[in-house]
Amino acid sequence: MQKTKQRLLTGNKAIAEAIRLEMERDPNVFVMGEDVGVYGGIFGATEGLFQQFGPERVIDTPISETAFIGAAIGAAAEGMRPIVELMFVDFFGVCMDQIYNHMAKIPYMSGGRVKLPIVLMTAVGGGYSDAAQHSQTLYATFAHLPGMKVVAPSTPYDLKGMMISAIRDDNPVVFMYHKTLQGLGWMDQLDASVGHVPEEAYTVPIGKAKVVREGTDITIVGIQMTTHHVLEAAKKLEQHGIQAEVIDLRSLVPLDRETILQSIKKTHRLLVVDEDYLSYGMTAEIAAIAAEEGLYDLDAPVRRLAVPDVPIPYSRPLEQFVLPNADKIFHEAMKLVNE
Amino acid sequence: MATISLDHLTWMYETMYKIRYYEDKMAEAYAEGKNPVFNIGAGPVPGEMHLATGQEPAAVGICVHLKKEDTVTSPHRPHHHAIAKGVDLNRMTAEIFGKVTGLGKGKGGHMHLFDPDVKFSCGGIVGAGIPHALGAALAAKKKGTDWVAVAFIGEGAANQGAFHESLNMAALWNLPLIVVIENNQYGISVPKSASTSVPSNDIRAVAYGMKGYYVKDNDPIEMYHVSKEAVERARKGEGPSIIEIETYRYLGHFQGDPEVYRDKNEVTLLREKDPIVRMRQILIQEYGIEEQQLIELENKAKQEVEAAYQFARESDYPEPEDALKDLFV
Repeated sequence: MQKTKQRLLTGNKAIAEAIRLEMERDPNVFVMGEDVGVYGGIFGATEGLFQQFGPERVIDTPISETAFIGAAIGAAAEGMRPIVELMFVDFFGVCMDQIYNHMAKIPYMSGGRVKLPIVLMTAVGGGYSDAAQHSQTLYATFAHLPGMKVVAPSTPYDLKGMMISAIRDDNPVVFMYHKTLQGLGWMDQLDASVGHVPEEAYTVPIGKAKVVREGTDITIVGIQMTTHHVLEAAKKLEQHGIQAEVIDLRSLVPLDRETILQSIKKTHRLLVVDEDYLSYGMTAEIAAIAAEEGLYDLDAPVRRLAVPDVPIPYSRPLEQFVLPNADKIFHEAMKLVNE
Repeated sequence: MATISLDHLTWMYETMYKIRYYEDKMAEAYAEGKNPVFNIGAGPVPGEMHLATGQEPAAVGICVHLKKEDTVTSPHRPHHHAIAKGVDLNRMTAEIFGKVTGLGKGKGGHMHLFDPDVKFSCGGIVGAGIPHALGAALAAKKKGTDWVAVAFIGEGAANQGAFHESLNMAALWNLPLIVVIENNQYGISVPKSASTSVPSNDIRAVAYGMKGYYVKDNDPIEMYHVSKEAVERARKGEGPSIIEIETYRYLGHFQGDPEVYRDKNEVTLLREKDPIVRMRQILIQEYGIEEQQLIELENKAKQEVEAAYQFARESDYPEPEDALKDLFV
C-alpha cells in the first residue's frame, strides 16, 4: 500500500494560506497592520500576501493602533471584511477603547443592524524572555468582555481552519496565535509548530473544543501552548498508569462547556492549565462551570495551574518559574489523582 | 461670495429649525419625572442628555452637501448631526425613549444611534468616531467611489490621540475625510483656553499637510461655503480637511449641568445673535422669501418632530429578556 505524503506547514504559513485563500475568494477581504506588508508580519502571519495582492489589499500602517483598528470598524460597517493585526496582544493598552467600546459593542448597541466582520489577529505568549510587555496571553481579558468571539488555536491545521471561519464570520473575532507555535526560524523549534495542513480551504468551527487525547482518569484542559505541555505530561502520566483525557479548548468565546462537562462525567477529575494569569482567568471560569454544572461528577476539587499573578519576568529562571510546563502539569495531575 | 441656491438655503433653514424644535422638545421630555428633585435615572428619557441647541449651523452647513452614501460619525451630542444626515426621526426618538421600535431596539440610547440606511453613527467616547470615519473613507476609496466621510467632533476631542493618529493616516493615504470640529468653547466645564495650546484647531492641519478652514461666529452661510469646498475636494480625491467652526452651546454640557463655570449672561448674549433668527432675516431680506412661506416650513418641521415624539411615546418597551439578544449576528 502506498503511503500518501502529507503536506506539512508551520503555524505562520497556515495562517497566511488561510488569508490568501479568502482574499482570492472575496475582494472585500483586506489586511491592515504594522509590518504586515513586505515584511510579512513580525510573526509571519501575512507571509507572501503583499507580493501577491499588493499594497492596496495588504496595507502597512503607521504605529497608530487606535486609528487603524478604528478604521477597520469604519470599513467593516461599509461592507468590507478587514483583518487587522495588533502586533503583540500586550499593545492592547493603546487601543482598547476601539476594541471593547466600539468593535465589541456597536453590533449590540445597534440592535444587530450594524455588522462588523472584523478579524483582530494578535500574537500572544511568552517563554523566550521578552519580558512583561511582550509576553502575555491576556486570554481572559478579551474573553471577559461581551461582543467578541475569541479563539486560540494550537495546531497549524486549526490555525488555518479557524482563520477561515473567523474571516467568514459576520461578528468580530479576536484571533490569537501563539508566537512559539508559528514555527519561526528564530524561536524555539517545536514539533507542535509544524503539522499537516490540506491545501484547499476548509473551516474549523468556532466554539468547539477538541478532545485531543482520550483518557479515563483525569481531564486536563489546555489552551493553545499549554495543550502541548499537557500532552507531554499525559505521556508521562501514562507511564505511571494514569490515562489523562486532554481537551484543547481552541475557542474561548463561545466556550464549549459541553465537551468539558462530558469529559469530567467520565474522568471525575479536572485540572485546567493556562498561560494567562491565574486569578479571574480562564482557569477560574472553567472551574466555575465544573462547580455549577458538574460538581457531583467530581471526585476531588478542581485544580488550576497558571501564571501566579505576577507580570511575566525577564530572566530565564524567573520566567520558567512562572510559566506552566509539562513537569508542573505532571505533578499537579499526580496530586489530583491521588486525592 | 458665491451665492447659495434657494433650495439649499431653505433646506438649511428648515433643518436648523427642526433641530432646534427637536431639542426643545427633548429638554421638556427629559425634565419629565425629574422634578422637584433631579434624578438622572428617572422619567421617560433617563440617563445623560447632551443637547445641541445653538450648534445647528455646523450640522446643516456641511450635511447639505452630503448624499446618502456619504458617512457621518458623531460624538455624544449627536441629534443635530443625525437630523441633518436624514436619520429616521421616528426610530431615533423611539431609541432615545428606550423603545423597541428604536434604531437599536432600545439598546443604544441617545449617545449610541446607528442608522446604516443613511450611514450615520455616533458614540459616547470623545474622539473615537474619527477612526471610524477614516475607515469609511478608506472603504470609499477602495471601492472607487466619490463618497466622503465626515467626522463631527467637539474641540475637546482635538486633544485626543485618535485625532492625531487618524489625521496623519488620512493625509498619508489621501482619503476623503473631513473632520468638523465644533468649538462650543467648553469641554464640559473647562474652557478651550485652558485645554488647547493653539487658538483654533484648523491651524493644526498644517501639521498633517492637509487643508484647514475656520468658520467664525456660528455662521451657517460661511459654514456652507467652506464645507462645499472641503467636500468637493474630498470627492475629487484632493484629500482630507479640518473645519473648525466657532459655535455656541446654549445649554449645559448635559441637562442638569449647574453651569457654575460660566457667567449667566453669556448665553443671553449668545442667543441675541442666534443663527436661526439671522438666517430667517437673510431669507426674507436678501432672498425675498415671503414670511408665510417660512411659517409653512416651520410648521412642517414642527409636525414632523411632533409625530416622532408621538411615535416614540406610543411605542412599546422591549421585552426585558431581549437584553440577551443581538450580541452576535
